[in-house]
Amino acid sequence: MMYRVIGRLPAPLLAGAAILLALLLCAAAPGTVAPYDPLAFDYAALLQPPGRAHLFGTDQFGRDILSRTVAAAAIDLQIAVLATVGPLLIGTVVGLLVGYYGGIADAVFGRLVDLVVTFPFLVLVIAIVAVLGPGLGNMYVAITAVGWVFYARLMRSEVLVLRGQDYVSACKVLGYGQARILLRHVLPNAARPVIVYWMTDMALAILLGSSLGYLGLGAQPPAAEWGVLIADGKNLFTQAWWIAVFPGFAIVLAGIGFSLVGDGVADLLDVKR
Amino acid sequence: MSRAGLVAARLLQIVPTFLAIGAVVFVLARLLPGDPVSAMLGDRATEEAVTRLRAQLGLDQPLWTQFLLFAGRMLHGDFGTSIALRVPVTAVIAERLPATLVLTALATVLAVGLAVPLAFVAATQAGRWPDTLIRAAFQVGLSSPIFYVGLLLLTVFAAGLRWFPVGGYGDGVAGHLYHLLLPALTLALSFSAVIMRNLRAAILEVLQAEFVDFARSKGLSRRVVLFRHVLRNALLSTVTLVGLQVGTLLGGAVITESVFAVPGVGRLMVDSIFARDYPVIQALTLVLAVIVSLAFLVTDLVQMWLDPRVAR
Repeated sequence: MMYRVIGRLPAPLLAGAAILLALLLCAAAPGTVAPYDPLAFDYAALLQPPGRAHLFGTDQFGRDILSRTVAAAAIDLQIAVLATVGPLLIGTVVGLLVGYYGGIADAVFGRLVDLVVTFPFLVLVIAIVAVLGPGLGNMYVAITAVGWVFYARLMRSEVLVLRGQDYVSACKVLGYGQARILLRHVLPNAARPVIVYWMTDMALAILLGSSLGYLGLGAQPPAAEWGVLIADGKNLFTQAWWIAVFPGFAIVLAGIGFSLVGDGVADLLDVKR
Repeated sequence: MSRAGLVAARLLQIVPTFLAIGAVVFVLARLLPGDPVSAMLGDRATEEAVTRLRAQLGLDQPLWTQFLLFAGRMLHGDFGTSIALRVPVTAVIAERLPATLVLTALATVLAVGLAVPLAFVAATQAGRWPDTLIRAAFQVGLSSPIFYVGLLLLTVFAAGLRWFPVGGYGDGVAGHLYHLLLPALTLALSFSAVIMRNLRAAILEVLQAEFVDFARSKGLSRRVVLFRHVLRNALLSTVTLVGLQVGTLLGGAVITESVFAVPGVGRLMVDSIFARDYPVIQALTLVLAVIVSLAFLVTDLVQMWLDPRVAR
């Protein structure tokens, strides 16, 4: 039964899911994948190029790059979830309410959207991080403070269409409570594009999170995060390219994984984008 | 409404937008930890001095008066003095802004030049191997962080092959362009993936339109139909997209400038965060938002001009 369901899923979705599962394994049990301790110094093997002993080479302290890249998966997958789940929840609730009830709140929301899109997303996030101070926690706050608007805008436009549907009117005639109509009838029907957007947004969150990590505004060393690892290797790029190149592969791979899953889910749920 | 009326109405919209941008930046500044006065005077300042400076800065006024004072200073281009560089913020930004503008303009030209032919091939070969290949390439492009692409290009073409300088801005127009070519290419690669995806979809949509069938049935050659009718109409969406993505480009410039040590406002922004140079951060946030809103304005006006249906 299970096998039949999986067999019917589109190949890109399966490929994306396989990538994400592999990364999840790295995040949950790095010891099973990584050949070495990611923090262990090995002065007998400094700046080793990729080879049999060290598949991805070693850095200036003899740390194994493969093990460090694997260990970093935990933080980057955490970024994918924690940087998007707040915007998803807040945006869904706000979009549902302003879309369904309209009125002044909706008008105010409309102006807010116009305003937020005039700020370059990254610049606004960086400005908020500047106020709060660099670090992973503050980065989540900054991304959430801006990001929810995009979820709410999407949710609102869906709810706006559903609000006028006959079945919603029928619910009202039947005397259903507002909470019941919103949560059981409007939300499930409006959720599909938001879920698809969430998938894509997780890929973007990893790109944004690693970029901020690279700039020194996100995850702070010695935390192993792909962007931080690349920043570690950037000064040695000409002598030891492998220090920065391999963690970058991981980011690209994660991005492709989330995109493939997002596209696959969009096809399954029949969401036009 | 007449076309002139529509244009005027759109131009007037910029006033409340600027005010709102100012309000956001004002609120951000108020959220800063610590009192600016004690930061400026230190802990041992006399009560008298603190009161005097508070009055001087208008901090003893009600909040909305403070906002008006703030807005007034912004309108005069007075953003205060940079804490780290000890010169007026306006002077720093004026010095750094050209590099960023040239970088983003060059990146846009490169991105469009790269994306249009590829999107055209992908759309006209939809479902066949060139399409699959091009779409796979832009999937990788969309999944690659800008700083990483920049670092790779830097290593291969600057440090390795020595075709380009490793960073900086150079002298004279030719020097600037030469120094900015690799950073612009970095920015263009990620931007072109966005344009390509959009334009490919737009071309496929236009191919379905009835006027294309009509053009074909008139006996026009495939070439004429594709270039004069399909591509021209599909490119309208690209014009809009480029306008709407100016903010993303400027965000990308922040990262690109940091990788290539380009002395633009993006790198200034990152440097200012580590220097806790709040007046500069505040001014830059405002200036970049104003640039984006002006880009939106130009996009709308260009669209009205290109597509008469918009203005009707």
